[in-house]
Amino acid sequence: MTLEASGVTFGYRDRPVGTDLDLRIAPGSFTAIVGPNACGKSTLLRVLSRLLKPTEGSVLLDGKLIASMPSKQVAKRLGLLPQTSIAPDGITAVDLVARGRYPHQSALRQWSRADEAAVKEAMAATGTTDLADRLVDELSGGQRQRVWVAMVLAQQTELLLLDEPTTFLDIAHQIELLDIFAGLNDQGRTVIAVLHDLNQAARYASHIVAMREGAIYAEGPPEDVITAETVAHVFDLPCKVVPDPVSGTPLVLPLGRAQRRPA
Amino acid sequence: MLRAGDRASTRTLLRVAVVTAIVAAAAILAAVVALGLGEMRVSAVDVVRALISDAGAAVETVVVQWRLPRVLLGLVFGLALGLSGAIFQSLTRNPLGSPDVIGFDSGAYTGAVLSIIAVGGTALVIPSALAGGIATALAVYLLAYRRGVHGFRLIVVGIAITALLGSVNTYLLLKAELWQAQMAAIWGAGSLNGLDWSDARNGVAVVGVLLVPLLWLGRRLRMLELGDDAAAALGVRVEPVRLALVVVGVALSAVVTALAGPITFVALVAPQLARRITRAPGVQLVPSAATGALLLVTCDAFALNVPPQALPVGLITVVLGGAYLVWLLIVQSRKEMR
Repeated sequence: MTLEASGVTFGYRDRPVGTDLDLRIAPGSFTAIVGPNACGKSTLLRVLSRLLKPTEGSVLLDGKLIASMPSKQVAKRLGLLPQTSIAPDGITAVDLVARGRYPHQSALRQWSRADEAAVKEAMAATGTTDLADRLVDELSGGQRQRVWVAMVLAQQTELLLLDEPTTFLDIAHQIELLDIFAGLNDQGRTVIAVLHDLNQAARYASHIVAMREGAIYAEGPPEDVITAETVAHVFDLPCKVVPDPVSGTPLVLPLGRAQRRPA
Repeated sequence: MLRAGDRASTRTLLRVAVVTAIVAAAAILAAVVALGLGEMRVSAVDVVRALISDAGAAVETVVVQWRLPRVLLGLVFGLALGLSGAIFQSLTRNPLGSPDVIGFDSGAYTGAVLSIIAVGGTALVIPSALAGGIATALAVYLLAYRRGVHGFRLIVVGIAITALLGSVNTYLLLKAELWQAQMAAIWGAGSLNGLDWSDARNGVAVVGVLLVPLLWLGRRLRMLELGDDAAAALGVRVEPVRLALVVVGVALSAVVTALAGPITFVALVAPQLARRITRAPGVQLVPSAATGALLLVTCDAFALNVPPQALPVGLITVVLGGAYLVWLLIVQSRKEMR
């Protein structure tokens, strides 16, 4: 399943965020969208997931205009973990995950064995099975985020769009979550994530999209995109890039004030 | 342990269903008791006999002709107010977001007072109250609209408009003739006094019609509770669905206000009570409806039969609502102090 944006311009009323962007997401890839704050990366994700209508250009899902597809049909193929979501008061983890089955249900087909199996599978994949009966409000940040991921997984979509899924989590929980995404990608799901940490992006993604000021500055495999030159330009950050001693992927080392300190 | 998941989910559903059934049964029981109360006392057995078979002409006249329309409206209006409150509290994500708090009732009152002053009687009260209420709701919705409507802004704008209309209403009453002011005050108290079978038929029909779109909207309302983005990603068309819910929510309040005057606080209290007794997540439509019915029928029986008699039920619900608000504030502040 391919997702493609061609010539999209988007923004909010008077403030254009991105202009004339082209992006093609290859099936089975793990794409990381990186860039400085306010470069439009989260907004691009909203456009790709048809939450924001582009003012010009079009988004195609399997060659069909996503804007003219029935919303529930899209929701069966494309899942989104939004940056902000709200757990209803007093909801348990399993009840929340079960809501991810909405696009597969109708007034006549409320709760089926397939729904049950999907919820069970999603909770197992995210290691949240043991949290099923707990109230979402009472979970830790890492646990809560995994429950939300489980909700998106219960949707059983081939495409997973993740908007800054690791923000506000400590490093251990970030890696735990990224490992889950990598596992899902191995099983054939296409993952598109907005990520802040370049080194994590380089390690986990097969394809990097670097954005700056509402445009795609560079895209390609991590080795080609995460270079000292690109990072310096995209983030205005002088840095050194060395091979990650663990994974061999590019590792960004910002120079910062360290360079000025006397040896 | 793998099975715990689905069992937990079914358990919530089961508990909600059982509790709702109990509340609904209690509402019907209260209705049967209310039908027997009054100057001519009728035993519960005779009430049921009058309803389903035959209990003698006198009993039938009193129970079916005189008392039943009022009690039926108590049930149906309570249900409508419970639903309306549940819709608004869910949309605004706030236990204070009910149609009376966000300006509908004061707008309806302004419409009613204006028509009483202009026409010199109650002939046009129903359409004027509806127009006033709906215009106010629309104004609040539009004023709160900014790239979609967000709950908190809706409440703040609603409270501001309510305060504004409050002063308009006071001014109108001060300017009006004494008898006009009295008439307006009686309407404004909200009462089921004097409603007959033709009112009952209209009220039940309108509420019945409004329940149809809710069958479709109910599941979408639950999804909106996850936040607009999550709901949209899961396939809900957020803005049209929310607008439809606002329209149905206002209409459910409007039909009650049109026939009985503003009966406040049932819409505010019923969903929260329902939530606490079912211990279900979010706002629940059906339990709120059952709780609203039980509340209004019980309050109306009190208003009618506890001395001083024939009080407007609106007075009782205001007292109840006041007590509830105090309780809510105490609970909330305790929670914050912890």
